[in-house]
Amino acid sequence: MRWNNIKWNIDVIGKTKVWFTISGIIILAGLIALFTMGLNWGLDFTGGTVVEFNMHKPVTIAMNNEITSILKSNGVKDSQVKAIGPNNTHVSITTPSLDDKTRTAVINAIESKYKLTVKDLVSSQNVSASIGKEMQFGTILASAVAALLMLIYIGFRFNFEMGAAAVLALIHDILIMISAYALLRIVVDTPFVAAILTVFGYSINDTIVIFDRIRDNIKLMRKASYKEIANVSVNETMTRSINTVMTVLLMLILMYFFGPSSIKDFALPLLIGITSGAYSSIFIASPLWVIFKDKEGKNSVGNKVGNRPQKA
Amino acid sequence: MKSRGLAKFLSVIVLAIIVAYVAFYGVNAGNYSIKPVQDSIRLGLDLRGGVYVLEQAQGNVSQDAMTRAISIIRNRVDALGVSQPLIVQQGSNRIRIEIPGVNDPDQVISYLGQTAQLKFIGPDGKVILTGADVKDSKAVYQTTQAGVQEPVVTLDLNSKGAKAFADATAKFVGKQIAIVLDDKTISAPVVQEQIPDGKAVINGMKDFNEAKNLANLIRGGALPVTLKQVEYSSVGATLGPSALKASEEAGMYGLLIVLLFMIAFYRLPGLIADIALGIYILINFIVYALLHVTLDLPGIAGMLLSIGMAVDANIIIFERMKEEMRAGKSIRASLDAGFRKAFVAVFDSNITTLIAAFVLFFMGAGTVKGFALTLIIGVIASMFTAITVSRFLLKSIVETEFTKNIRVYGA
Repeated sequence: MRWNNIKWNIDVIGKTKVWFTISGIIILAGLIALFTMGLNWGLDFTGGTVVEFNMHKPVTIAMNNEITSILKSNGVKDSQVKAIGPNNTHVSITTPSLDDKTRTAVINAIESKYKLTVKDLVSSQNVSASIGKEMQFGTILASAVAALLMLIYIGFRFNFEMGAAAVLALIHDILIMISAYALLRIVVDTPFVAAILTVFGYSINDTIVIFDRIRDNIKLMRKASYKEIANVSVNETMTRSINTVMTVLLMLILMYFFGPSSIKDFALPLLIGITSGAYSSIFIASPLWVIFKDKEGKNSVGNKVGNRPQKA
Repeated sequence: MKSRGLAKFLSVIVLAIIVAYVAFYGVNAGNYSIKPVQDSIRLGLDLRGGVYVLEQAQGNVSQDAMTRAISIIRNRVDALGVSQPLIVQQGSNRIRIEIPGVNDPDQVISYLGQTAQLKFIGPDGKVILTGADVKDSKAVYQTTQAGVQEPVVTLDLNSKGAKAFADATAKFVGKQIAIVLDDKTISAPVVQEQIPDGKAVINGMKDFNEAKNLANLIRGGALPVTLKQVEYSSVGATLGPSALKASEEAGMYGLLIVLLFMIAFYRLPGLIADIALGIYILINFIVYALLHVTLDLPGIAGMLLSIGMAVDANIIIFERMKEEMRAGKSIRASLDAGFRKAFVAVFDSNITTLIAAFVLFFMGAGTVKGFALTLIIGVIASMFTAITVSRFLLKSIVETEFTKNIRVYGA
């Protein structure tokens, strides 16, 4: 068999417990991190001010202390000053949300102290706390609306069992992503919303391609059990699943290594989420569908697919 | 028959090259001219530097007041002489202002947000006239008694203002009249004599720039609402372009690897998918230009991601084709069956992605919207190119019957 023509034969459904355990352990670790350390909320959600200067020389601890005292003399008590960028020549100052006047005063004081010009003010950002609250609410609402609409669509195009299995796989991916954010201390900022919803779209996309094959095979494999149908379908679409996730991951890996810092922060959680999305479509959604179908069989409720034996 | 297939194939390639040339270089033919796409795509502030603020009107405000406030802010921004500012209302009581390439963002923002409520107050504490009585205002140089040129702001009052001013200056000779802007006294000249012609002067300006700003503020009128800044962000002029360069590099390398991957894995169909991907990127840029999409960093991320996802449709189709070929079907029949069977999967999977992207677009804030928009355009364009363009190209190649070896087709 040539490398681009591998015929897959993995007993995915037979090892359902293994897959569920693997995911369970990761999610459990994430949840423990979530409840002990919490998420690393960023500016967009908490509100606050971040100012970045190019100091043109490595930022020393002495400079760090000087800047902190400049902030204090302007009435800013709670601040975080750290050296960032290439060779630590940039300084990033994070404080609670400052009003216009205080911010300008602080910026001017630092500029005159270190003989900087407006050109050295690399970026400055301020988000009021009320906007942060709005963002938190908006994110949860957007995710819920997206999940509901997708569930309705799958229910309409496929059937309820597949819809439920797909959405459970989706919740799995979201939990994995939140675990990643909690464990790796990734800052939860506006791109978080985009990352979560991208994985939403990708994961469902991936699951549907497999379910589409199951839908086809149900008609072809009239005598087979649900377990066999799922196993055959997953293996038939395996090359496609791997190749697709590869092309998306290649893009994300390059975004991570070559992209600007603001894209980096976004590429890492996406890498994790997309990998999880590809994994869950095969190892979580398909086994779940078999479980739902077998349950339905035992209850001998009318089979939507057609009349055929439950076990071959 | 054989040459017809080749002709079809080549005509698509030639057409794509012509469209690409026109899109990226533009044409001028007589009265018609097409601008290059890069001139029509707006770059976000994070890619070119600039300042962005979200101002929120305090208290209950009417839509009419918001509209007037926006037009006043627009006048003030125009007076700064910056190119391509963006001033839009967001929600019921917020105004979003984006100004690219400003040197001193903080000064600009404090100037724009001023209420500019101008009052002349007499020594008795009574308001003599307000900014509403001012017909025109200019910044000029005036020679002082000491013979020095100093910048001042001239005020040209309307008839009601002129009358009030004439009465007040007659009454308060030898006393001070305070000129107050937003509850801050900016000048308090002593009245020398009655001024009957409705012309007043504000002096005490730091420099000509300050005089010009004040004249602009007065001429533009007072904001009908009090604005409070709820979000602010400025990006330096060096950070933006370096971020753009980095994302372009990441995109080029990523694209190259995906193109090579497709050829290595799917051979001839892979090559066709690559051509389709080229056309897909072209369509993306043309749609961005037509819709005047603002391309910011999350937008670029959305586009790069959609390239990765765009090949998915082709992968689904080609895998189906391989199965059909291995089952012993002819190349032509495999191609038809592959496309037909894969279509449903491609359609359903892309619709669900679109649902998520649309929710993001309508419910997401600021930068998330840009990401969602490029994703929406990308998904729709990829469905078109993967199903229509690759199919047409593959069919024409199969028609040339240059090989019967299914290995060339990746099987």
